[in-house]
Amino acid sequence: MVEAAVEVQGVVVKYGEVTAVDGVSLTVPRGSILALLGDNGAGKTSLLQVCEGFRGPDAGSVRILGLDPVADHDALMPRLGIMLQSGGVYPWATAGEILRLFASFAARPLDVDMLLDRLGLRKFAKTTFRRLSGGEQQRLSLAVALVGRPELVFLDEPTAGMDVGARQTTWKLVESLRADGVTVLLTTHLLDEAESLADHVVIMNDGVVAATGTPAELTAAAGIDLLQVRAEPGLTLAATLDVKVTEESPGEYAIAGALDTEAIAAVLGWFAAAGAQVTAVNTRRRTLEDVYLALTAGATR
Amino acid sequence: MTTGTFTPAPGRAPLRAILRRQVRMELILTARRGEAVVLAMGVPLLVLLGAGLTNATNVPGDDRLGYVVPGVLALTVMSTAFTGQAITTGYERSYGVLKRLGASPLTRPGLLFAKTAAILCLVLLQVVALGVVGVAAGWRPDLAQVLPAIGVTVLATAAYCGLALLIASLLRPETVTAAATLIYVLMLAAGGIMFAAPDLGSAGYFLLPLAAHAEALRDTLTAGTAVPGVIWLSLTLWAAVSLTAAARSFRWE
Repeated sequence: MVEAAVEVQGVVVKYGEVTAVDGVSLTVPRGSILALLGDNGAGKTSLLQVCEGFRGPDAGSVRILGLDPVADHDALMPRLGIMLQSGGVYPWATAGEILRLFASFAARPLDVDMLLDRLGLRKFAKTTFRRLSGGEQQRLSLAVALVGRPELVFLDEPTAGMDVGARQTTWKLVESLRADGVTVLLTTHLLDEAESLADHVVIMNDGVVAATGTPAELTAAAGIDLLQVRAEPGLTLAATLDVKVTEESPGEYAIAGALDTEAIAAVLGWFAAAGAQVTAVNTRRRTLEDVYLALTAGATR
Repeated sequence: MTTGTFTPAPGRAPLRAILRRQVRMELILTARRGEAVVLAMGVPLLVLLGAGLTNATNVPGDDRLGYVVPGVLALTVMSTAFTGQAITTGYERSYGVLKRLGASPLTRPGLLFAKTAAILCLVLLQVVALGVVGVAAGWRPDLAQVLPAIGVTVLATAAYCGLALLIASLLRPETVTAAATLIYVLMLAAGGIMFAAPDLGSAGYFLLPLAAHAEALRDTLTAGTAVPGVIWLSLTLWAAVSLTAAARSFRWE
């Protein structure tokens, strides 16, 4: 079996008395996209720092492409593409100069002009970094991460500060990375970003993993569908079914609970048995947002 | 899998190419902040003309320019390799530039080497420019001992680079700027540039690298004599200790 691109086992990261990451384990298979989803302060960036080798974990172990990111730093760096959350570029250098500099560090770099085009930065090639907008700076940082044709890229909030168009461009680019066999580990607090890009989502909350799975698994986990039925008002529903029924407005019933096919059939059978005239049936699939809020609401505020 | 645009093909460019490009970038950025270069030479130039051509200060001996010009050359080396370098590196850290370079195939020794090499280029340009001004003002250097003069200058540059990177690693950028400027002014006053350094005998050479370097340049370029062994020893020690300390304490963040 091919070894995973990222193997994180029980990692703890402490800043003095504060524990930013408290025993996180995760695996990123080669050629896949994993999104670390969480609010600010959830520990995403701290975990990324450990994966990038900027610091060692206080406990646990990290293997990146089979190597130790601290001890094997020099061997690992040419194989990684790293996009930091902000800054990281000489303010008085132009976008073109920066990208060419990092391209010159690589054995087989991408074509700089092609990359500038792909990210809509061609017209800023001669603009100094400090004169670029926040979104343009982000796109340049992404280009810097990719120019060396890495096997694995770490993107820390890649679309933060981007407008809608730039975000779409970036998402398309990340999808073509996967299509071309690059492994991606990204952090985000945008649910739609995680849902549309990621093969695997790890939801972090207060330094621990709150949930993990594919976006579909997370949204389809037991009891997260909602059934809405329209019928005559005022029906008193039997408590025999293992679901929670509320009449939200006259004639509008909301049924929540473990709604697999059998349960839905039983609910509708009950309406039929009661002689009710059912005029509409809706299922509402929970979104990642519902899952996320349910997981993080209790702990945060 | 078909080959696409982003199909991984990682690898490090040859080290020489990496270093050449990084040195070039450091020099381009320095040139772009031309005012900093002028400023780094401005004070030494004022000292050269002020103390060299007037009797504003008392200097030992009869050859005023022969005393002042080598001191000014030593001062400009310190100004560029220590003060300028420390301030620049402090800000590069706060901008996250060092961290970004740390996450690239440029290694830590690669970055330290590139910074030192870029500074050596600058020092060469500045020393030649100030030397020409000195000669125009009437200084007549003895070039028989020019090689040892270059040798001590390289050692002094390395020592200052180490010190600059050291304080840039230990302090916040604002503090680095204040500390580097203060040390510069103190050395200008006490380093035996405009007037004689405090007479501490050989111990002075170990305490004040600027005084040691200035004295070595006077011995070689003005008097045409060899560099005293104690100065070689002092500057070698300063370079070795400061570079080791800098490499140990160096932080990307």
